Amino acid sequence: MNRWLWIVLIALGLAAPYVLYPVFVMKLLCFALFACAFNLLLGYTGLLSFGHAAFFGGAAYVCGHALKVWGLPTELGILLGAAVGGLLGLVFGSLAIRRQGIYFAMITLALAQIVYFVALKSPFTGGEDGLQGIPRGKLFGVIDLEDSLNMYYFVLAIFLAGFWLIDRIVDSPFGQVLKAIRENEPRALSLGYDVSRFKLAAFVMSATLSGLAGATKAVVFQFASLTDVHWATSGEVILMTLLGGLGTILGPMVGAFTVVSLHSKLSAIGSWVTVIIGITFIVCVLLFRRGFVGELQHLLRGQFGAEPGKPQAGGKPVAVAQPGSGGKH
Amino acid sequence: MADDFILQTRDLVKEFKGFTAVDRVNLNVRRGTIHALIGPNGAGKTTVFNLLTKFLQPSRGVIVYNGRDITRSGPAEIAKHGLIRSFQISSVFPHMTALENVRLALQAKHGGSYQFWRPGKVLERHNAKAMELLQAVGLEEFAQVPAVELSYGRKRALEIATTLAMDPELMLLDEPTQGMGTEDVGVITELLRRVAKGRTVLMVEHNLGVVSTLADRITVLQRGAVLAEGSYQEVSTNPEVINAYMGGAHA
Repeated sequence: MNRWLWIVLIALGLAAPYVLYPVFVMKLLCFALFACAFNLLLGYTGLLSFGHAAFFGGAAYVCGHALKVWGLPTELGILLGAAVGGLLGLVFGSLAIRRQGIYFAMITLALAQIVYFVALKSPFTGGEDGLQGIPRGKLFGVIDLEDSLNMYYFVLAIFLAGFWLIDRIVDSPFGQVLKAIRENEPRALSLGYDVSRFKLAAFVMSATLSGLAGATKAVVFQFASLTDVHWATSGEVILMTLLGGLGTILGPMVGAFTVVSLHSKLSAIGSWVTVIIGITFIVCVLLFRRGFVGELQHLLRGQFGAEPGKPQAGGKPVAVAQPGSGGKH
Repeated sequence: MADDFILQTRDLVKEFKGFTAVDRVNLNVRRGTIHALIGPNGAGKTTVFNLLTKFLQPSRGVIVYNGRDITRSGPAEIAKHGLIRSFQISSVFPHMTALENVRLALQAKHGGSYQFWRPGKVLERHNAKAMELLQAVGLEEFAQVPAVELSYGRKRALEIATTLAMDPELMLLDEPTQGMGTEDVGVITELLRRVAKGRTVLMVEHNLGVVSTLADRITVLQRGAVLAEGSYQEVSTNPEVINAYMGGAHA
């Protein structure tokens, strides 16, 4: 990503708690990281998982339990949560990766439902009550995280690190192969890429980062609940990604901010929130099919003259745009 | 003499639920030649192709490539050993530039593809080689153009450049001139002739004009079985072949 965008992003992050309620911004950051991690899979590899809540929520429970019962230091608890997310991802991925499209989505959903069931029935999760009273503890044994500004900057650091990693993965030689798989899987295979292994690696990375987001969220709210592992959360992260712009680096972040803000601004009117979000989604799908960020990028590119155009159904020769339109997102 | 053959099949059979698509096919592709696989529609050409490139598993029979039994190998594995295929429909990575398309093949060949922590800039070391390959197929001006915006003929050329980047020992081309206008057919035929030097090519092709100018040896399939084999002169005068073409679909 562009250096200036990074500067703007960091500046906004640093200033945000002085303008907005810190806990709210922390929630935004956790969900933004979750959506970005999800986008790594859907947007850049072309795999639709319908079970990402299992990694998010599973990590939240494990991290909460580790901090509360085992008394692990906060930073280790969060890392443990991320590791559990990755491990679950390895299991899910190994079972689902050879299936395509809707079958892949259904297997991930089924496995996530098993995790939900375990969370509902296990004694350590607190069942319907959730896992409450997770201590925030002290970062590296020194910085008191009960202080909401300290906590905020810790969360911001996690978010930026996670986001930087995703940005790097997307840009890396590995990311280039993921895009190739998304674009044309048989061709990638015929060039000698072991497609299944690449997909599995992407799946585990996405699950680990989702776990990181979930574990961080558990520390922020000092609470892990069934909502975190519920399939509706898996649905919500898809919504965030599509709303913001699939396969764009900033899109999922914008989508997450939109959905979380709508939820919190409209919480007063109760269950109508879902209806309003549903309508927002329909309007967005009809008006900007590429998502907010995707549509914006498209407009900007149009201004520079190179008309990217819709995918052409081969056959007719197509006029050639001038070189230099990049091709990176 | 067996060493002269880069690819051989022995009694290759593929059955789909009681229907025999490929019936005891014995192919012998001689190193350094252009070998064409022809036959009326539904003769099983594409199925044979998918068997050879491991996109399908044979029901019975053996496939030997460079003296190794590859009957049970996977598609990615054989690609690493220099057996590279193209597809019937032009097969590019549409939303990547021509340069990126070729670079992906160079990356596959040179490794480092699991490096998720390194910046994309490291791939620029392949740029010079990629440009050279694009130049070889006449696409150097289009290096920065997304593949989706290229004309059909140019997509084909890009696909060939990508395949060449793998430095294949054996190229399998599935109907390289399908769906092209006469002008493009001429260009691609010329290109194929040029790039086939020093390599072995096995192609499925409908266009008999292309086959007659390019192929050293031709195998004719009908209903999944080998009907005839020989040079263009031999097969084109074979009464059984003429009958198969006249009685079947028009090629």
